[in-house]
Amino acid sequence: MTASADIQAGRLRPDDYVENFNDVHPPLDRKRALIESARCYYCYDAPCVEACPTGIDIPSFIRKISTDNVKGSAVDILTENIMGGACARVCPTEILCEGSCVRNTQEEKPVNIGELQRYATDHLFDSGQQVFERAASSGKKVAVVGAGPAGLSAAHRLSLLGHDAVVFEARDKAAGLNEYGIAAYKVPNDFAQREVEFILSLGGIELRCGQAIGKDFSLTELRRDYDAVFLSMGMAGVNALGLENEDLEGVVDAVDYIAQLRQSGDLAQLPVGRKVVVIGGGNTAIDIAVQTKRLGAEDVTLVYRRGKDNMNATWHEQEFAQLNGVKIKHWAQPTKLMGQDGQVKEIEFEYTQLDDNGRLMGTGDHFSLLVDQVFKAIGQSFVPAPLMNGAADVLELSSGRIAVDEDRKTSLSDVWAGGDCVTGDDLTVAAVQDGKVAAGAIDRHLRG
Amino acid sequence: MADLRCNIAGVQSPNPYWLASAPPTDKEYNVVRAFKAGWGGVVWKTLGEDPPIVNVSSRYGAVNYNGTRMAGFNNIELITDRPLDVNLREIKQVKRDWPDRAMVVSLMVPCEEESWKRILPLVEDTGADAVELNFGCPHGMSERGMGSAVGQVPEYIEMVTRWCKKYTRMPVFVKLTPNITNILHPARAANTGGADAVSLINTINSIVTVDLDAMAPTPIVGGKGAHGGYCGPAVKPIALNMVAEIARDPECQGLPISGIGGVSTWRDAAEFISLGSGSVQVCTAAMHYGFKIIDDLTDGLSNWMDSKGHQSLEDFRGAAVPNVVNWNQLDMNYECIAEINQDLCIKCGLCHVACEDTSHQAIFAKRVDGERRYEVNDPECVGCNLCMLACPVEDCITMREVDNGKPYMNWLQDPRNPANIKAAE
Repeated sequence: MTASADIQAGRLRPDDYVENFNDVHPPLDRKRALIESARCYYCYDAPCVEACPTGIDIPSFIRKISTDNVKGSAVDILTENIMGGACARVCPTEILCEGSCVRNTQEEKPVNIGELQRYATDHLFDSGQQVFERAASSGKKVAVVGAGPAGLSAAHRLSLLGHDAVVFEARDKAAGLNEYGIAAYKVPNDFAQREVEFILSLGGIELRCGQAIGKDFSLTELRRDYDAVFLSMGMAGVNALGLENEDLEGVVDAVDYIAQLRQSGDLAQLPVGRKVVVIGGGNTAIDIAVQTKRLGAEDVTLVYRRGKDNMNATWHEQEFAQLNGVKIKHWAQPTKLMGQDGQVKEIEFEYTQLDDNGRLMGTGDHFSLLVDQVFKAIGQSFVPAPLMNGAADVLELSSGRIAVDEDRKTSLSDVWAGGDCVTGDDLTVAAVQDGKVAAGAIDRHLRG
Repeated sequence: MADLRCNIAGVQSPNPYWLASAPPTDKEYNVVRAFKAGWGGVVWKTLGEDPPIVNVSSRYGAVNYNGTRMAGFNNIELITDRPLDVNLREIKQVKRDWPDRAMVVSLMVPCEEESWKRILPLVEDTGADAVELNFGCPHGMSERGMGSAVGQVPEYIEMVTRWCKKYTRMPVFVKLTPNITNILHPARAANTGGADAVSLINTINSIVTVDLDAMAPTPIVGGKGAHGGYCGPAVKPIALNMVAEIARDPECQGLPISGIGGVSTWRDAAEFISLGSGSVQVCTAAMHYGFKIIDDLTDGLSNWMDSKGHQSLEDFRGAAVPNVVNWNQLDMNYECIAEINQDLCIKCGLCHVACEDTSHQAIFAKRVDGERRYEVNDPECVGCNLCMLACPVEDCITMREVDNGKPYMNWLQDPRNPANIKAAE
């Protein structure tokens, strides 16, 4: 880092860090939970259930909250979604359960399903009770690669069904993006690890961290040593802008920075630019923009090459970023990175529009922003190479990710896959469902 | 602007709203606050003979329903626990200060002629407008041979009413207990005894909740509970029925009624009056929200009367009574079926599941282009109203009358009536 760059740690007072990275939504207390639960109509064939990728019986769990049967409520949630606690915090409920709540039609104010789900699951976690019981041992052993939501969900369900699961995790900690990727204020107080502990407390799940496929072991070995394999290693690749000077100091991958932030013991030690530009339109872009602002960046501008309706980040997330003082500019794409002494100083954009065929094109007009840090948040990609090491059989891909059928079964007869490494919605809740479905299919396969 | 003035058995008040005999009317301080707020009258909390009774600590219980506090309410409080002369002095003062308001004094003394003969002149001396005989209180006093212990025996009601008519020139209101099988028996007894009016209903024997930790009914007094008197919005339907039964009873024709039971809004009051009530008495709503509710009670009633063209309470008093009939007078040929306004439907499906699980399988749950759509299966609909009642959206489901061209035919005329089949044979 050069002296000319304004990238500094400790921009805020110590208390500000605590406040800025604390729970973005304080949890409901019993009184509020009772009021909110009373708003649920207990719909028949409820649209919210259909909108939930894991199919939680939402009216039932809410009714149980309203009768103070909070444990029963939590069991209903966790039976369908073992990471119901994380999903209550990170799900884009505005486009899932809450987005389909019939109260939207009536009064444009859905039942706050996410917060109620958190109320129930927190209650159970706080009580420290184990509510699940494993089936009799099948004597079968399944390897799970990646301890993110998909992998943990699969492992938990496999264990419930009586199989032993060994989970290999390349990083030092389990929980995947809940530990390394989600914005800190959504899962404060080490929630991701508390949830992992809860999942592991069932028994029958062995977690081996620091074990990367293609490096410490191979898929071939797993297929040889285990009765079945579930792949859920997420996306290891980060998309590049494809511009010259992308290696300038201050041009940073957002996912790496967020992982660093999440693992930082002291946010006051984390340097952040005074002037920040974020490029991208997804949740990662929102998360990095808001977090850098909350770390004390003075100006944070998120630039996206299309309009607001095209952004992967929901309207709710966009509004949240704007509330946090992030400026969102639509219809512009980066064209040039300019530096001084190896440090990025300025970024040039070209305005964009759609041509007559609906394709994105530059307008020829440009603008530039002075910048201390540029965060790239333009998507991640699946890296298949580690799976292929020494493999005789070919694992088929589809759109650059592992191809799976409805059971999340891959082209290999004893290998299933789920989460971000397969095509589908890149959501925690979808990953949990993948793991659940695959575990069911693996169970049928093993007992077949 | 409608005229809300009320005259029942000669007792006049600027509006029909009286505070019922209960804690809100126990002393001058409360009653003056009520009159300042605009209440039309009070029934002073029941006086008894000295020495005053003693109340327990922890006195009220409630039924909270789906977030609504005090949907039902009960109490184990007894009559006034203050000396008789203190109450009489305050009654006299308040009546003097507020001459236009109805001042009715509730009484409960032992079922002996001497007791009534002794207390009535004392009350008359206060200038009170009337007395109300508390034959209804279901707890505590009944175990001492008073309250509902009298109210449950029509002969006693008649006898005590006669004594009261004999020893006072004040109008005598007899307050009836609902803890009987047929309200007409005590009502007729009061009428026969010469009552100027009846007041009903008093509270209903009840246990509102059981505390599952203490394993005792609430309100709990030192680990134990006793049955209490139930009131509040939950009892209104029971009260309306009893009022209507008396209003349409040939033997009780002309007997004024002071309606009581869960009156919380002007609409409740209008319903009681439409079933023949003169004044209406309020307690739980005031105990829940304070005396200020009188503002909407009067204003709302007045606005509604204006909208209907009613100039005085007499214009609609008892207007619904002729339409309260015995079941066998209902038109067997009347038909209605449910109609769902698809523009208002929010797709909750409650109409479907209610009908499918518990009624007549007359609402289809369809998917049209993936969208939920609930439709009435007309031939199967019996017009039971359940879907309309379950629907959370006002006016989304309505009941449409089917014009089948058939004439009025009640059950007594119906050829399907076994009595008619037999007669035809």
